[in-house]
Amino acid sequence: MPSLWKIRCFVARSAREVTHGGLLYWSWIVALLALVGFGFAAYLEQLDHGLITTSMRDQVSWAFYIGNFTFLVGVAAAAVMLVIPAYVYDWKPIKEVVILGELLAIASLVMCALFVLVDVGRPDRLWHLVPGIGYLNLPSSLLAWDVIVLNGYLALNLCIATYVLYSLFVGGQPRKGIFKLLVLLSIPCAIAIHTVTAFLYNGIPARPFWNSAILAPRFLASAFCSGPAVLLILMQLLRRFTRFEIPDAAIWKIAELMAYAMFVNLFLLGAEVFKEYYSNTEHLIHMRYMFTGLDGQSSIVPYMWFSVVASLIAFVLFLVPATRRNPMTLNLGCVLIWAGVYIEKGMGLVIPGLTPDTLGEIYEYFPSRSEVVISIGIFSVGSLLFTLMVKVATPILLGEFRLRSPSRHFAGTPHPSSGHPFVQSQGSQPQTSTGRVESGRG
Amino acid sequence: MGEGREPTRSVYLLSRVSVSAPAPRTGPRTVAGTLGLLLVAAFVGCDGSPDSPSEGLELAWVETDGPQEGDYLPAPALSLETFPCSDCHDPEIPVNRRVRELKLVHAEIPMRHASSQTWCLDCHDDVDRDQLRLSSGEKVPFEDVLRLCGQCHGSQLRDWRAGVHGLRTGAWNGEKTYLQCVYCHDAHDPAFRPIEPEPPPRAPTRTP
Amino acid sequence: MNEARSLDRRDFLCVVAGCVAATTGSCADVTHTPFFRERLRELTKAELADIVAGMAEDYHARYGKRFEVGAAPAQPGVEFAYALDLSHCVGCRRCVHACVAENNQSRDPEVQWIRVLEVEKGEGLDLAHADPYYDAALVPRAGYTYVPIACQQCRNPPCVKTCPTGATWQEPDGITVIDYDWCIGCRCCISACPYGARHFNWAEPQIPADELNTTTHVLGNRLREKGVVEKCTFCIHRVREGLYPACVEACPTGSRKFGNLLDPSSEIRYVLEHKRAFVLEAELGTRPRFYYFYGD
Repeated sequence: MPSLWKIRCFVARSAREVTHGGLLYWSWIVALLALVGFGFAAYLEQLDHGLITTSMRDQVSWAFYIGNFTFLVGVAAAAVMLVIPAYVYDWKPIKEVVILGELLAIASLVMCALFVLVDVGRPDRLWHLVPGIGYLNLPSSLLAWDVIVLNGYLALNLCIATYVLYSLFVGGQPRKGIFKLLVLLSIPCAIAIHTVTAFLYNGIPARPFWNSAILAPRFLASAFCSGPAVLLILMQLLRRFTRFEIPDAAIWKIAELMAYAMFVNLFLLGAEVFKEYYSNTEHLIHMRYMFTGLDGQSSIVPYMWFSVVASLIAFVLFLVPATRRNPMTLNLGCVLIWAGVYIEKGMGLVIPGLTPDTLGEIYEYFPSRSEVVISIGIFSVGSLLFTLMVKVATPILLGEFRLRSPSRHFAGTPHPSSGHPFVQSQGSQPQTSTGRVESGRG
Repeated sequence: MGEGREPTRSVYLLSRVSVSAPAPRTGPRTVAGTLGLLLVAAFVGCDGSPDSPSEGLELAWVETDGPQEGDYLPAPALSLETFPCSDCHDPEIPVNRRVRELKLVHAEIPMRHASSQTWCLDCHDDVDRDQLRLSSGEKVPFEDVLRLCGQCHGSQLRDWRAGVHGLRTGAWNGEKTYLQCVYCHDAHDPAFRPIEPEPPPRAPTRTP
Repeated sequence: MNEARSLDRRDFLCVVAGCVAATTGSCADVTHTPFFRERLRELTKAELADIVAGMAEDYHARYGKRFEVGAAPAQPGVEFAYALDLSHCVGCRRCVHACVAENNQSRDPEVQWIRVLEVEKGEGLDLAHADPYYDAALVPRAGYTYVPIACQQCRNPPCVKTCPTGATWQEPDGITVIDYDWCIGCRCCISACPYGARHFNWAEPQIPADELNTTTHVLGNRLREKGVVEKCTFCIHRVREGLYPACVEACPTGSRKFGNLLDPSSEIRYVLEHKRAFVLEAELGTRPRFYYFYGD
């Protein structure tokens, strides 16, 4: 039973953990805080003038903010990518990074909420979405369902992450039964959040570009291939800067699974392209706007082609074992896949769906300075949150960050971590701390 | 573009005049300071299909000023300067019934209304110039001009009676003002000319 | 049901407000402020009367003019419908500006509930290639027809279906309305509308003081704020008093027909009976109450 004292300790020690770091760490934090500050200032201006500070107009009424929101929901869902093989196939090397995936999901979901906040015209009325004091238009409104599943998924991830990290912190182990149940529950939840978000677009017959049955599977496929890219890079960073031991096999396996997801994504894209171009109905104008431009208006065409080419290259890089195993090509693939899917879900989904609009008008949208600054600010909030959480989680997972037990272990001697599902121990010898002590960490 | 046929009176102003109450039926001579007269009709109630198109309609003259800038409707066919026609057209004077283009008087009235099939005296009674005539020879007063129009334009008349052709103002469930044919259509030159539209909407721009 | 709901919110807010409520008055005061009240459609008649009186006072304080904020409910036995005669529309846009003036739409940024589309004659009614920005010296231009479009007051409205907070709904007389104080401005409805009929206030609406229309309805043309959606309401403040909408009266060619679908002698029923009326985007299943026909 967690006692108040232990919780206080956990919080206090976590606070101390995040306020201690090297130059690189602090540079990163300060840079993020600065970007958050700029974003906040721009948001205040937006609150003052209204959404006219964006480039959105009636003709393109959802754009950069909602595009980012959609992409980040995908990233949050992708955390499950690591859970499925770990638990369904009981594959050990991935389990230790599951928690990191869930922390990424938490940060992504917070960013999703922030993007919704900055996008609505009346943020002071968001309480209207709280069931009980507001009114949620269920079951017909997909956005209402999205509110429920996204918050539910966030709560679930918070529970899992906090429960696991806290259990490790106090020197115990999370109860396998409860833990497994929660984690297995998060699989359908993750699929649910992205399916519901896809249905939000899918269920709008006024926008034929979105009104395609293939949209939900495409969302899932593109989420699965882009979300883990962040984790791949993160894991390599953790390997470099901490004592986190992540076997290459884990990284390669994730990259391989991402390749298969990208194949599905590209196949579905091909299916959509065929359907539109071959059927050659009026609905083709949206895809033509995307890939070739319409009436000389073609501002998003280069981005779309970049996205397709980047996705194809990343697919090949991840598929071929030689390039998958080479760190340089692996990371190149990660960056390309991230960029490709980011464009596909932002520019490539929201803008062509709304351009030309229902009355045939083409308004060429491009994010305004204000939108970009606010969006960077939100990404910085998420990065900051993720950094802080990982800063606390990593030493916990490594066994370095523990509550001092009543049996008075020597300071500096971490608990032995044997057979723990979250920390891959190197043999049976606990790692002696290299100059790092548990208390008074400098 | 009809030369000299500048459009008069915007629809707004006239409809407001008529909605408040139908103007009392006064002889044109007793109305001072009016340049033109237009016919409106208010529906005062009648069930079923009327025998006559103007049955159940209370007719009224509406006063108008001269042509205003930006107005759309044609100048009224009747004006105080020309009505009543019997001021000049004494029934005693013999009538020249030869179909011809008028050059001495009324030359400014363009005849662009089935001009190859009709001429003045097909609609204007040759003896009593203060009235119109139907093809049967029956005389109708100017207020009943819609019976004359309806001879050839029957479907428009039926639609007008139902409120579907032409403008109606007033209350959808109460008193309405029907605007008679000649209110919008110049009887001698009924085709509408193109008009100047209101300005287009402002296209959206990225910077407000 | 309504009572129970409002009690829940009052209880909750009383707990939250606590001391503040005690010092400023009863808890009811807090929940009846414009910020905290329920959706308009859940208010009782008395509460609604209170709210609109407050709105009128607020407008008076802001603009120095006597405003009338009506709350006339739908009349029984009435279902409004509209028919537009495409053979007579010349594209003069008088309806657009009459609507703007009547319904207090922002002049800057420009909001126009009616859009007149110029369509090439040979293309059929092809909305995908329509042009609302035609700037002709005279209309109608040869070779083009004109299609004004605004809210179709659909029988199966996709906007109502998609609104997450239930801020938009359809009244019994067929008009789809918006509670401007409940709308969160998420713009789901704008995405969902196939007719481009809904418009967002991207900035605070600007209307010259001498052009304000002070006869308003709480669900229609009362003054809106930035961040909420608005659209044509068939001039709800006029039609519920029996008058025609402003666009009907403004049209110089008499192309616009309006009436009660449930009245067999109305002109709208005549149109549906005797003219070949159709609707736009019928395949989307929205079943609009706005018909188009060719009178001649």
